[in-house]
Amino acid sequence: MWRSCFRLGASGGSFPCRPCLVSAAPVGSGDQAGPLSLLRRSYAPPAERKKFYQNVSITQGEGGYEINLDHRKLKTPNARLFTVPSEALAVAVATEWDSQQDTIKFYTMHLTTLCNTSLDNPSQRNKDQLIHASMKFLDTDTICYRVEEPETLVELQKNEWDPVIEWAEKRYDVKLGSSTNIMGPDIPAKTKEVFISHLASYNMWALQGIEFVVTQLKSLILSLGLIDRHLTVEKAVLLSRLEEEYQIQKWGNVEWAHDYELHELRARTAAGTLFVHLCSESSAVKHKLLQE
Amino acid sequence: MVALGPPARTLRALLRELRHLNSVRGQPYQDMAAYRYLMEAFRAHRVTSEKLCRAQHELHFQAATYLCLLRSIRNHVALHQEFHGKGERSVEEAAGVVGLKLPHQPGGKGWES
Repeated sequence: MWRSCFRLGASGGSFPCRPCLVSAAPVGSGDQAGPLSLLRRSYAPPAERKKFYQNVSITQGEGGYEINLDHRKLKTPNARLFTVPSEALAVAVATEWDSQQDTIKFYTMHLTTLCNTSLDNPSQRNKDQLIHASMKFLDTDTICYRVEEPETLVELQKNEWDPVIEWAEKRYDVKLGSSTNIMGPDIPAKTKEVFISHLASYNMWALQGIEFVVTQLKSLILSLGLIDRHLTVEKAVLLSRLEEEYQIQKWGNVEWAHDYELHELRARTAAGTLFVHLCSESSAVKHKLLQE
Repeated sequence: MVALGPPARTLRALLRELRHLNSVRGQPYQDMAAYRYLMEAFRAHRVTSEKLCRAQHELHFQAATYLCLLRSIRNHVALHQEFHGKGERSVEEAAGVVGLKLPHQPGGKGWES
């Protein structure tokens, strides 16, 4: 290990130079500052952008619904015009911008982020690549990947995850199964074909959302359960974090780690699910047929 | 299909979240685009008989998902500001987070000249 450190250091120049700790401390107040203040690390979170607008409104343009901040049109990071296909999505995005207080907290604006990703497509992926990215998670799907000990966790996983697998097998008419092997479960090729052709029925926007949800939950089956409205977001997140919840029950909950992650995961999953639903519905208004 | 409870309860909870989002703006929250959209959608998809209506269930599921989104973001931001938003902690604060205190030494720690 020392040798590799030495080599990394000796290769030189490849790492950006960080300001050293001592020089980062304020120089002027040297009389007051003891040796402790020299050791204080100078990390501060990056500054957030100020809120530069007052009113948020929605207009209907040619390509769909647009967001206006005061009189300026909202653009994506790649300077494209921000347009979304559905009114409900536009309203939700406008609410995100409207509810910012003094600074713009981009880490809370998941729907805006998803729209930006769909509009800009920064990784330049096509439909097949998006489907493949989601399918990759099936081989090591969280709920097919079981433990052998401890006994109570084995039982818990069986009771909580098996019904979801049963539902998916029935809904898509496929074989899934679970495994305690480190190589993961043996998913038949036919099952994969079924899922690929099912995913191919969604449009690009919805697929971006599906991939987002899959990467959050680390499970294609749980994500499909959400998209098919078989599970609520809370339940899907709980099932995805089952082992963590078990450990919390045993060892106690730490608010700034466990709860923080839980709420972030829920927010991201909910945003992704809503995004898929709003982008894949064909027409929102359906009049009730008067039949018996 | 998953059971979600009565739609009115979801709507009430959503309006509560909207009120909370709006509390900084100083205008009535009935002016928000989201408020108008939600009320309209809930009114339009009201069912009068106790039949299982798929469209209504879809709308209700979306509403419940949106409620979860707003609620989780509110909790996440609160936790972020409490624990992660301020940068590096001092030694005293870091100890306090896990319920510890630094030892108190009446004679000084030796390095103050």
